[in-house]
Amino acid sequence: MSTTGQAGRKGDRVRSDCWISVELKESGGISVAVKSRVQSMYGASIERSVEQGLEVLGVEHAVVEIVDAGAVPFVIWARLEAAVKAANPGLTAELLPEAKESTRYGTTRDRFRRSRLYLPGDQVKLMLNAGLHKPDGVIVDLEDSVAPSQKEAARYVVRNVLRSVDFFGAERMVRINQGQMGLDDLPFLVPHNVHIILIPKAESADDVKAVDARVQEIRKEKGVANDVFLMPIVESALGCFRAYEIASASPNVVALTIGLEDYTADIGTQRTNEGRESFWARSQVVNAARAARVQPIDTVFSDVADVEGLKASIAEAKGLGFDGKGCIHPRQIETINAGFAPGAAEVEKATRIVVAFEKAEAEGLGVVSLGSKMIDPPVVKRALRTVELAVASDVLSENWREGGGENA
Amino acid sequence: MPDTKLVKNAAGRMVPTEINGREAIPYKGVAKHRPTGTKAAPAISTVMDYPDSGDKTVPDIKAALVAAGLKDGMTVSTHHHLRNGDFVANAVFDAAAELSVKDLVWFPSASFPCHAPIIEHMKNGVVHHIEGSMNGPIGRYCSEGNMRGMGVLRSHGGRYRAVQDGDIHVDVAVIAGPTADPFGNANGLTGPAACGLIGFALADSEYADKVIVVTDNLIDFPCVPWQIQGNNVDIVTTMPAIGDASKIVSGTTQITKSPDRLRIAEMTARFVKETGIMHDGFSFQGGAGGTSLSFAIFLMEMMREEGVKARFVRGGSTQYLTQMLEEGLTDYILDGQTFDLEGVRSMRENPGHVNTSPFTSYNYHGKGNFASMLDCVVLGATEVDVNFNANVVTHSDGYLLHGIGGWQNCLFSKCTILPIPAFRDRIPVIVDEVTTIVGPGELVDVIVTERGIAINPLRDDLLAAVAGSDLPIRTIEEIKAEVDDLVGGAPEKPNLGEKIVAAIEWVDGTVIDSVRQVLPRE
Repeated sequence: MSTTGQAGRKGDRVRSDCWISVELKESGGISVAVKSRVQSMYGASIERSVEQGLEVLGVEHAVVEIVDAGAVPFVIWARLEAAVKAANPGLTAELLPEAKESTRYGTTRDRFRRSRLYLPGDQVKLMLNAGLHKPDGVIVDLEDSVAPSQKEAARYVVRNVLRSVDFFGAERMVRINQGQMGLDDLPFLVPHNVHIILIPKAESADDVKAVDARVQEIRKEKGVANDVFLMPIVESALGCFRAYEIASASPNVVALTIGLEDYTADIGTQRTNEGRESFWARSQVVNAARAARVQPIDTVFSDVADVEGLKASIAEAKGLGFDGKGCIHPRQIETINAGFAPGAAEVEKATRIVVAFEKAEAEGLGVVSLGSKMIDPPVVKRALRTVELAVASDVLSENWREGGGENA
Repeated sequence: MPDTKLVKNAAGRMVPTEINGREAIPYKGVAKHRPTGTKAAPAISTVMDYPDSGDKTVPDIKAALVAAGLKDGMTVSTHHHLRNGDFVANAVFDAAAELSVKDLVWFPSASFPCHAPIIEHMKNGVVHHIEGSMNGPIGRYCSEGNMRGMGVLRSHGGRYRAVQDGDIHVDVAVIAGPTADPFGNANGLTGPAACGLIGFALADSEYADKVIVVTDNLIDFPCVPWQIQGNNVDIVTTMPAIGDASKIVSGTTQITKSPDRLRIAEMTARFVKETGIMHDGFSFQGGAGGTSLSFAIFLMEMMREEGVKARFVRGGSTQYLTQMLEEGLTDYILDGQTFDLEGVRSMRENPGHVNTSPFTSYNYHGKGNFASMLDCVVLGATEVDVNFNANVVTHSDGYLLHGIGGWQNCLFSKCTILPIPAFRDRIPVIVDEVTTIVGPGELVDVIVTERGIAINPLRDDLLAAVAGSDLPIRTIEEIKAEVDDLVGGAPEKPNLGEKIVAAIEWVDGTVIDSVRQVLPRE
């Protein structure tokens, strides 16, 4: 008796990926047939990858066919594991590539989240270089950008991406699926240094709590030391009404964001560039997030070619109170980071407050004053953050205290 | 050719000492080989042999080849200004086949995928071998050892030089003229197959025994400007169409959407700006490849911001260079070929858009050329090694992939920059040893990849110029190590046989490397 399973993508337009078919057998050993775009350069290496992978998975008899379009080894392994497990769903062994040192950096609750770059979960080609474009975060997506037939296999790819790809300091986020499927995504993510889980279509505190509970369960089970934060996405009228409850559902929530395609459909209208139809919802999200002391993050701007439109949209988001925005193309990152940078007057005022604060501290004074005015602690806190953001956004020199002043 | 004698040249490569019966000089190093002797010259003609009316027309290509005295074993040249839309080269060899002529040498200035039918003519004996760029199906045919003679790949400047120096004697040159008159004056500015300029055909028009102009837009004398002079032309003929306009120039030139390539292009432009290469009166050359085109667009933006103006830019011209010219960001375009309709229009209308040839731009055996005057050039490459030696003709699997074009000639600019992705699919671009050396590392100054910029250690002036900038300057070894780790190790070397299928000439006619037959992997 034999069983078969397949995973991956093939076709003329596919790059940096492969398609693998596995037939598990009772006898006959391993046979591997490789057809690759990079055959003469990596054909032997691909065969070795497959053989090693089968050994780790404990497969002794199989006929494997691989159609490769330049997949790197961790992708080959992801496709192989998915194909083997499609053939034998009971198999529990995992085929984990070595977790690279460069993937082990951490994050913090309050870090800047100006720009976050969406990456479809089964398109590795876009992921390998994503961090080079310096977004504040990358979001590897298991939800809308992955076709239903690819969902299961994409989990292995995303897990291996988390273990293998250097995102150069960008916060490592994953958008999971809705409901139970999302909960089932978590074991592929939580043990592999994911920083933030995005929860799509959050409509109640319970939606968030369910994810949080499952995350904590896996952390405990696998001995995961790092925090795993949450960013719920509000995408419906109900979610908007319950935005505060969602934002404050768990201490692990660090940001609240909004998805407008689904929201506008839900309220029975269409999304426009002016965005009047979503003004209330976005304002509601900002206020709920601020009330819950988490960051309000705006949705994506979908027209990659329209740089002026993007700039206007950023200015509007900033004006409404948002701290950041999603990106669907790396070219939007710089514009967004620059757009959320504090303005010159804001920076000037903030540096004066910080200087006054540091002086008061040094002199052991309990009260910070600027000229004749007393400065309240929340204002000081805000100013410290503005200065930090200004430095991160390259509008203020790191050495501004030594007279480095503002950058040109 | 099992008994081809090989010697090791100054680049450390084994190269043949004889190519298709001619003696070949191994590469000696940059600026080491000094030519002697005199230039080649065609036989003296007399007007007694040409009609006083100036009408040199014959009915068709076949009649033209008969009139030119085409015989077995002759060398026939064509040119690539109609690019992948060219109908002429195939028509010439179809006609030669009908005339039962055998063993011709095809000497194109470049071949394109549209020329795949020439493979049939090699199989049926009409064409003996090709001396010119080979890519696509023809590259595969040659790489697998199927061609009878040895291929010779030359740069555009090297091709002019080979004709001028007499290395190659062209018996019959067939020049596609988008517009021509019965006397043989021709240009590329108008007509259904308008392509801008036809400078690649200049050498052949001057040095070939017989020169045929073929057009689909025959106008009354005079055809002006005469980019090709009728006084050099023997025969004029017509075809219903000399090319497919949609494949000759594009309606609009598309810029790349690839975020990595855009990043590389932007970093390249920033490098040019921050090193001070971008200064008033400077010059640069870019091509029509996606990255190089985007580089020009980013640079144009920076020039506007800084109020910097170029004295001249070298094409491949496109709508973007045209825009620079019309906006006053450059005084001149010195154009080698035009890639889109805007480029053709500009060349037709704007006296500042000047047509050039491999003679003016690239010929190494001349009294100087334009390439060395350029402040910077941006070029592509398939592979670069850790010593900055670069390959542009073969793929890492050993197959012939591209012609050299003006690439080698451009290396003589003051700063040669290769903006290239650090890997393609899984294949790293930076390697320990390039499959084929086409450009010596001492002339390659900068590699710009999405993962960082590597400056040739020989250029400490450039290293000093970027000190303190926030450009990601790294060593070439660092970038290589990072990519090798990402793609799971360096690729295996191709499985190559002993047979030499093609020789790579350096700009001075010496042989810098050879291309060996690709064997199937068992």
